[in-house]
Amino acid sequence: MTGQHTSVEPRLGPPAAVRQLAVPVIVIGLLGAAGYLVFPEDLAFLTRLISITLLVLSLDLVVGYCGVATLGHAAIFGVAAYAVGNACIAGLADPLLLLAVGGLSGLVMGLVSGAIVTRFHGLPQLVLSIAIGQLVGALSNKLSSLTGGSDGLSGITPGRIFGVFGFDMFSRTGYLFSLAVLIVVFIVLTRLVASPFGLLCRGIRDNNLRARMIGAAVYPRLIAMYGVSGVVAGIGGALMAINTGVVGLDSVGFERSAEALVMLVLGGAGSLWGALFGAIVFQLFEHVVSAANPYHWLTLVGLLLVAIVLFAPQGLGPAVASRWRRLRRAGARP
Amino acid sequence: MTRPLLELRNVSRAFGGLRVNAEVSFTLGEGERVALIGPNGAGKTTLVNVITGDLAPSEGRVVFDGQDITDLSIPARVKAGLVRTFQITRLFTGLTVAENVALAVMQRRGMTWRFFARATFTPGVREEWRRILELLGIADLAARPVTELAYGQQRLLDLAIGLALNPKVLILDEPAAGVPHDEAPKILEAIDRLPREIAVLMIEHDMDLVFKFARRVLVLANGRLIFEGDAGAVTRDEEVRRAYLGSYADGRRRA
Ligand SMILES: Nc1ncnc2c1ncn2[C@@H]1O[C@H](COP(=O)(O)OP(=O)(O)OP(=O)(O)O)[C@@H](O)[C@H]1O
Ligand SMILES: [Mg+2]
Repeated sequence: MTGQHTSVEPRLGPPAAVRQLAVPVIVIGLLGAAGYLVFPEDLAFLTRLISITLLVLSLDLVVGYCGVATLGHAAIFGVAAYAVGNACIAGLADPLLLLAVGGLSGLVMGLVSGAIVTRFHGLPQLVLSIAIGQLVGALSNKLSSLTGGSDGLSGITPGRIFGVFGFDMFSRTGYLFSLAVLIVVFIVLTRLVASPFGLLCRGIRDNNLRARMIGAAVYPRLIAMYGVSGVVAGIGGALMAINTGVVGLDSVGFERSAEALVMLVLGGAGSLWGALFGAIVFQLFEHVVSAANPYHWLTLVGLLLVAIVLFAPQGLGPAVASRWRRLRRAGARP
Repeated sequence: MTRPLLELRNVSRAFGGLRVNAEVSFTLGEGERVALIGPNGAGKTTLVNVITGDLAPSEGRVVFDGQDITDLSIPARVKAGLVRTFQITRLFTGLTVAENVALAVMQRRGMTWRFFARATFTPGVREEWRRILELLGIADLAARPVTELAYGQQRLLDLAIGLALNPKVLILDEPAAGVPHDEAPKILEAIDRLPREIAVLMIEHDMDLVFKFARRVLVLANGRLIFEGDAGAVTRDEEVRRAYLGSYADGRRRA
């Protein structure tokens, strides 16, 4: 075994493990700091952005890593948000416990909808996911004792984090808390998608029949990944409930599902960084443009999407990554 | 013959009214090398699909290693040691060469429920996928994305994935199909290097390859086995000649 394998050698060991930790901490930390500096008056927007980013990451796990087509993912997000809201109103104040409630209800929702949706493929799968979303939306409207119906569920007042840091009206605590949660989730997911399980999910996405022909039971894997995805979406929903103090019907709605998918495609499905950047770019763009031009911002968002599809059809993440790799290769040459 | 490993008992498969396989019976012994030939549309791939569980037979039984596997799922058959490759390559196109093989290795070892291990570089796994890639002469491609491979290389990778599953029986569905003619011998060489204890059933059109590879030949025509026997005798068989309308009887033409 000689040098010809160096390109696939584990440049890993401790340095890689460290890198796996350090890069997300640094990059997301810096982005977070930049957001804090640029939008000091608008931390509520940034906090919301982080919740939705978690939803997009969650969606990436099933769409990008498993090849599942879904337009109903917000159902998981929203149900978790409602669960957290109710738990809080019932007296559970600790934000970390509330996150756990969100993650758990997301897990249940993920496993259930995964078990249904991944039984099918292609268009039937997509339609089924929409149907689940609509069903959850209709139920949320009906069960107004639990959801507040169209008025939304309000009165969610979480306690202090570690009993020390209270949520302030400027969302400062909420923002830092959400940022920390995002970083932790991102690191865990980086690890997960590189694991044997993650690799098998990508294999299933690439070629379902071949995956079975290497002896893999496909269905349980898809359900499991849906479960993980549910936890992440649930945490996003929990953050939304904790930070805004209200949960509205829009949290479970079709529009949120569709928007999350657009963000994912924009950033590049099948890459966590892609999902992250897609969510950030889309929401920033939407925020800035809708403030600057309240009448035509949707048109501009549309134009952005058309441009992306034309010039970076794989999404922003992969486009930037390949540009970066080319730069580095050029730099490495003497 | 060695101990029988794979046995087909009167296997038939119909699509609607079309009977694509009809009462096919044969046995493949441990470590045996057998070629399955037949004109286009004879039902060869369908038969492979029935054997591996992708299709259920309309009638008949498939027995593997003494166990009736007719009703087993695809993964269960693979775990038992019944492995195939595909006429049109089916690879994990979003992964690298190494990851393709590593995935098969890890699946075989029951590691794919691990959520936090490092996939490709797990000790033991790494040695194994390297050894297989080296055996097939594509170790230098390990880090390449599958989509960058030439078709001949993809066919070798398809074979590598099969090997990574430690098969007892390996079914190769036209392993050289679609490969430029001058590269086909390279693939046969790789097949030649397969461990002797693996029984191989190879579907192939090129009679040169067939003769080099197998001593026993099965001929399928219109879904029926019309010949089973010595490779030397196959081209002299009258019914086989008729099935091919002479086109293969001189043992030259390539599909
Ligand atoms: N899923 C299917 N539904 C209907 N007909 C099918 C199906 N699969 C195969 N057939 C038909 O069965 C016949 C045999 O096909 P098969 O692919 O098994 O042939 P083959 O011997 O592998 O041919 P080739 O040498 O071209 O690969 C063909 O006429 C084909 O059209
Ligand atoms: Mg065929």
